[in-house]
Amino acid sequence: MIPLDETVLQALLLAVVALPLLGAVAALLPAPPGLRGRGPDQAVLRHGVTVTGAVLALTVVLTLGFDHDRPGSMQAETNVAWIPALGVRLHFGTDGISLPLLVLTALLTFLCALYSYVRMPQGPSPKAFVALLLLLECGTLATFAVLDLMLFFLAFEMVLIPMYFLIARWGGEGRGPAAWKFVLYTLLGSVVMLLGLLVLGLNAGTFDMVRLADAHGSGLGHTTQLIAALAIGIGLAVKAPMWPLHSWLPDAHTAAPTVGSVLLAGVLLKMGTYGFVRILLPGVPEGAHTFAPYLAAFAVAGIIYGSLACLALARKGAKGDLKRLIAYSSVGHMGFVLLGIATLTHTGVNGALYANLAHGLITGLLFFLVGALKDRTGTSDLDTLAGATGGALYGRAPRLGGLLAFGAVASLGLPGLAGFWGELLALLGAYHPAAGLSRPAFMVFLVFGALGTLLTAAYLLVVVRRVCMGDPAETRPERLATVTDVRGFEFAAWTPLVVLTVVAGLWPGALLGLMDPAVQSLLPGVTR
Amino acid sequence: MTALTAPQGAHSLVQSIDWAAVAPPAIAAVAALVVLVAELFLAERHKGLLGWLSAAALGLAGLALAPLVGDDRATFCLTSGTRSCSYVADTFTLTVQLLVLGGAFVTALLSMTAVRRERLPAGEFWFLLLSSASGAALLPAARDLATLVVALEVASLPAFALVGLRRGERLSSEAALKFFLSSVAATAVMLLGVSFVYAATGSMHLSTVAEALPGVDSRLSTLAATGVALTLVGFAFKTAAAPFHFWVPDTYVGAPVPVAAYLSVIGKAAGFSGLILVTVRAFPAYAHAWGPALAVLAALTMSVGNLGALRQRTDRAHGAVRLLAWSSVGQAGYLLVPIAAAGYADEPDHAVGATLAYALMYAVVNLGAFAVVAALQPHGSDGRLDDYRGLVRTHPLAAAALAFFLLCLAGLPPGIIGLFAKVTVFQAAVDAGLGWLAVVMAFNVVIALVYYLTWTALLFRPAAPQQAAAASEQQTAAPALPRLSAPLTATVALTGALALAASGAPQLVLRFAGTALF
Repeated sequence: MIPLDETVLQALLLAVVALPLLGAVAALLPAPPGLRGRGPDQAVLRHGVTVTGAVLALTVVLTLGFDHDRPGSMQAETNVAWIPALGVRLHFGTDGISLPLLVLTALLTFLCALYSYVRMPQGPSPKAFVALLLLLECGTLATFAVLDLMLFFLAFEMVLIPMYFLIARWGGEGRGPAAWKFVLYTLLGSVVMLLGLLVLGLNAGTFDMVRLADAHGSGLGHTTQLIAALAIGIGLAVKAPMWPLHSWLPDAHTAAPTVGSVLLAGVLLKMGTYGFVRILLPGVPEGAHTFAPYLAAFAVAGIIYGSLACLALARKGAKGDLKRLIAYSSVGHMGFVLLGIATLTHTGVNGALYANLAHGLITGLLFFLVGALKDRTGTSDLDTLAGATGGALYGRAPRLGGLLAFGAVASLGLPGLAGFWGELLALLGAYHPAAGLSRPAFMVFLVFGALGTLLTAAYLLVVVRRVCMGDPAETRPERLATVTDVRGFEFAAWTPLVVLTVVAGLWPGALLGLMDPAVQSLLPGVTR
Repeated sequence: MTALTAPQGAHSLVQSIDWAAVAPPAIAAVAALVVLVAELFLAERHKGLLGWLSAAALGLAGLALAPLVGDDRATFCLTSGTRSCSYVADTFTLTVQLLVLGGAFVTALLSMTAVRRERLPAGEFWFLLLSSASGAALLPAARDLATLVVALEVASLPAFALVGLRRGERLSSEAALKFFLSSVAATAVMLLGVSFVYAATGSMHLSTVAEALPGVDSRLSTLAATGVALTLVGFAFKTAAAPFHFWVPDTYVGAPVPVAAYLSVIGKAAGFSGLILVTVRAFPAYAHAWGPALAVLAALTMSVGNLGALRQRTDRAHGAVRLLAWSSVGQAGYLLVPIAAAGYADEPDHAVGATLAYALMYAVVNLGAFAVVAALQPHGSDGRLDDYRGLVRTHPLAAAALAFFLLCLAGLPPGIIGLFAKVTVFQAAVDAGLGWLAVVMAFNVVIALVYYLTWTALLFRPAAPQQAAAASEQQTAAPALPRLSAPLTATVALTGALALAASGAPQLVLRFAGTALF
């Protein structure tokens, strides 16, 4: 779009990764004169908004400078030696797969910083909060920007500590155990993944993701591929999360503060699926091929399980927590993503990546909305919110109710909104899985996946009915009696998500045109 | 040398001595004697000088390594026959000597406050520390079994006394006795093994032993095998590998904190360099036997150590030191992995480089962690882990440093060097085809994460209500927070800076992994 020198692009990408880290350090230092604002708390929160805003601006410039004629090849590449003893290199770069994820991360973090600027979650000092938020952003951006297995692992791990503290210090009820569970589960997965990465890297003789993808598994024995694929796959599947390794997710989401939930669902889960596409599929194709049917089966089980759990939570009298419900719906949505990946076709993987982004936008929005609702009423318990006749948000807070309904229908995959295309393509991929995969098996998965979309629609509509509709005149407990409608800063934080959901729903070609060439270069020799 | 004037017959017997090569351990040894004598002539109030003198000597000994870098010097060589040398200053030697002398320097800085506060006898303390350090510095250079055993004893005998130096403390003398008895048993076993090996091969020099072992007379082969096994058992004892680890927690708790730090780093380094020398340099012929044995030992040691650390409750007295003691046993298990892998590798020298790299990382961060513990342990306190609750409020920098050290030990970002040191160890295991050991180690890393993270999280947790109340009372009574003494602050800063530098440029430490050391 705008021609930029390759050096400038390199600098941009490095700045995108490094700026949050520097910002995190700066957040801990006292503010310089002139930037003190109305007090230290306000100053540091504003610092967070400034830095994340700058990072977002940089990613946008990066997107504009990105050569859209060849999104399949790595751009803005930096590649210097770091630890020659281990063959670890500081290799950064971006292509059509990682660029949208970089923008999504920068956007969601910026919106979270903006939201917290006005509504700082209950807890200790904002200073540490902002520093951790920026550290988290650095880790996630680095995960999408690095092209070296060891750096990928480093970035993958880097997000754990900030997320742990965000949940454990600023979270709600039951945050301590939930944060522990999150850290231990993901760490166990990561250690297994590290072993897999080592097996892959040492046997292939390089930790470089680009070279591994180019080699496409040549020079790796069948057993090596199986071991590497299994170990890496387990580590990524914990993060994604894949049923039955998902059980840390609902607890973490329920206990996390609003911004924590948004980032956890919107960005952190994507790191797992991104790893599948970037490392597993091209790096160990034979291993991926062997495990693909199992992955698909687990993915479909996750879809059905997630939606059944949501249906159970949405029932009247089930004491279902809305945050927990959205967390379970995430398990279902990530099931579609994993199903798309497991088909090993261009269609399926494109669908997976699309569903990935859509889930980030829509679930981010839903967590914002539920967080705002909990903020106003002090509860996210569905039964309490619904009362006898229903929450009647349409009547009492029409904009909030409308947005919630919008988020829900987007999440259930209404055509014309972002959620639709990803799931459609993933199912389409399952209709014609890659050569060598059992088509009948994938047809069964397709049927179950389709059933999952129906169940998803069912529970989301139940939620909309119970929260948005109802009798506004019903007498309610004091805190629930009046619900403030959407406020200015909330509009500012949510509008971009709504707009992007609509744009991605109406104009899928923009994103697919970016991703498809990159997917094709990662999966050569596949016709569909 | 003096060879020109010496009679021809004597010439062939007199070994030339390269003083520059032996300078590092020699400086420490001379300084030990100087300190011991100087103490007699120093007035009580000037005793503090001895500490600075010792630290300076250790620093000087460390600097003496600089001219030796790059050329493999050897001295105390036989003048005829195999021309084997007893003292070699190669990359391996210099690296371990740097670790030992640097670690002893840090221990010296740490000890100054402790010696003054706990009223330890200054002259004796510094003499013992310097002697032990000189023994530990001699050990990696030793290339014959006799020098090896002597160096090991010079390193460990003063350590018993250091452990028991706290007068009138029951725990201290009990710890010293435990340490002494187990260590002496190890020495006896090792000496028996060494004598068997000598009997079978007719040589003490490691290189000659290595050449002679495969061709040992079949009638002596049982003797040789027994000798090898007993020697290795002795070293396993010294490295506190399971099941010979039982003395560690009580000894560390009973000893003054700086001495515990010394034992956990320099004591271990001495044991491991000795183990590397005998396995890789002397007994390569038995690699098929000691490789699997060390692999099992490594798995056992890391599991026992980490499970022991996991069991520590946060409200137990001396919990902090006890946790570090158990964790040091666990870490010893990781250090054993590359040595075990060397038993399977075609180029054993390359495999043990991972041990060296890991040991350097471990030395820096473990000393750092002990430094923070020593700095924050006021006299008379029983050092429970719960005392670290909310440390970030009272000592933000110390808390940040401790958190960083613990994360390095755990191998979790931002402790990048800890992570990559573990990666090199994993790499050595995977390269050697020890997949099962890598998996056991992975499980252990996760177990270790639990207790390291528990402690780290404790630092950032708000102080307990009654504690906070007590703190606020204290603050009204005495507004000034307890200040850390200058040497302790310097130690924390030094180790912290080293760990940070190594995290930014891991190549500094990891260059030893996978290069020829000997």
